[in-house]
Amino acid sequence: MKLPGKLAAFLPFGGAILATVLLSASTEPTVRVAPMDTVGPRSMESQTQSSVIRDYLLAWQTMDAALSQNRPDLLDAVFVGKAKEKLAETVHEQQGLGIETSYLPKSHDIKVVFYSPEGLSIQLLDEVEYDVNVRKGEQSLGSDHVRARYVAVLSPTETRWKVRVFQGGTP
Amino acid sequence: MTARILLSCALVMMLAHLSAAQPELRFPAKVEAGTAFSVPTSSSGAATLYIVGPGDALERKVQPGEEISFGTDDLHNAGHYLAVLTSGSSSQVAQFDVIASHQPASLSFLAKPSRLPVNRENGISGVAYIFDIFGNLVMKPEDVAFQLAEATGGAQSRNAISHDGVAFVQMNSATKAGAAQFQAKLDSVHATRVVEQVPGDPCSIRMTAHPGAGQRVVLQTDPVRDCNGNPVPDGTIVSFTETYEGRVSTVDVPLKRGVAQTELPAENGALISAAAGVVLGNEIRWSGR
Repeated sequence: MKLPGKLAAFLPFGGAILATVLLSASTEPTVRVAPMDTVGPRSMESQTQSSVIRDYLLAWQTMDAALSQNRPDLLDAVFVGKAKEKLAETVHEQQGLGIETSYLPKSHDIKVVFYSPEGLSIQLLDEVEYDVNVRKGEQSLGSDHVRARYVAVLSPTETRWKVRVFQGGTP
Repeated sequence: MTARILLSCALVMMLAHLSAAQPELRFPAKVEAGTAFSVPTSSSGAATLYIVGPGDALERKVQPGEEISFGTDDLHNAGHYLAVLTSGSSSQVAQFDVIASHQPASLSFLAKPSRLPVNRENGISGVAYIFDIFGNLVMKPEDVAFQLAEATGGAQSRNAISHDGVAFVQMNSATKAGAAQFQAKLDSVHATRVVEQVPGDPCSIRMTAHPGAGQRVVLQTDPVRDCNGNPVPDGTIVSFTETYEGRVSTVDVPLKRGVAQTELPAENGALISAAAGVVLGNEIRWSGR
């Protein structure tokens, strides 16, 4: 899984107004991150800002990989708790039905809304656009373009921020 | 002119026909997690419906004209879902949301730190994430009551409205040391954590001296307390220093049962002091009595 490499370099300077990062490869999504100066109640270091966004975007890539290949083992790297359990359960359901689903984000508009006082959780909202394609073997059963608002809660672990809550809805 | 009208009519008829052949898949925009609902179909042949999202994947066989029913166990993970109805080579798609149940069922409550000194302003933080019975984050605003009940019977209470599923408060630690019960409560749902409030640093030190055996002076502090009157924990180091004719001798002594005690050489005219951390106690000029 490839990380959007330019992102980490841009994010520390994203505090001005909006950090708009158009990634080079056409398959990679446009990522917009709202400034985090006013995120509270704990102030957020620029390194934390970069890593939480990087890890959240990695979560999308991982979710796509897990659900399009029906591989729950991929989830361990970036999901934890309920989010991981639910995604793993979905993978098993897909395996039972013989289907795979791909989630290809086209754009992310991310706003970090909460950084807990003790630094143990970060919550963000993402107005995301993505393409969903449902396949059964080689056959595409159906696809659609989706605009949704995701809420994610991330917790720090030894190596990275992991997604603990991952929940979508209509904006 | 007539040809144009005929062409328009033909187009309308074609569109109407197409519309009849490709009936719309009508899902409610939002469905509460764990509720039963049904969706009408007007499929002309046998079809298969797939519901897919990050939280669930399921399949239904659909007979012509049959309603598709979903039970309370079918969709309980909140999220945005795609519904795909396939029949032969054609398919229809719809999108809908499963939203969290309106009834909160659990609180994920983080209280930090678990141990802190007394009398710290906003020293204790409580963060509560609100979940329904299926583990979905409850996004609608809820009024969460936080209470910090101290060992002495006093309590601080504060309410916070949740935003996007999370509510938080910051509270002061009490002036008296002891274990406090920190509770977050929403309707009948509550979670409690214990926060240990320990005495702060010593506020002052008072030392007395009296002659000991064999040309020694016995030094002892009064019980050492913090600025709120809480006994400072045993093990806290008190340093006794004796200065005599330019020589300095220091002894570090841990508090035992709240006091520190030691012996130093009894030198007439020696200046003896006691300190703990940044707090300096009284000084004694030893004169043999």
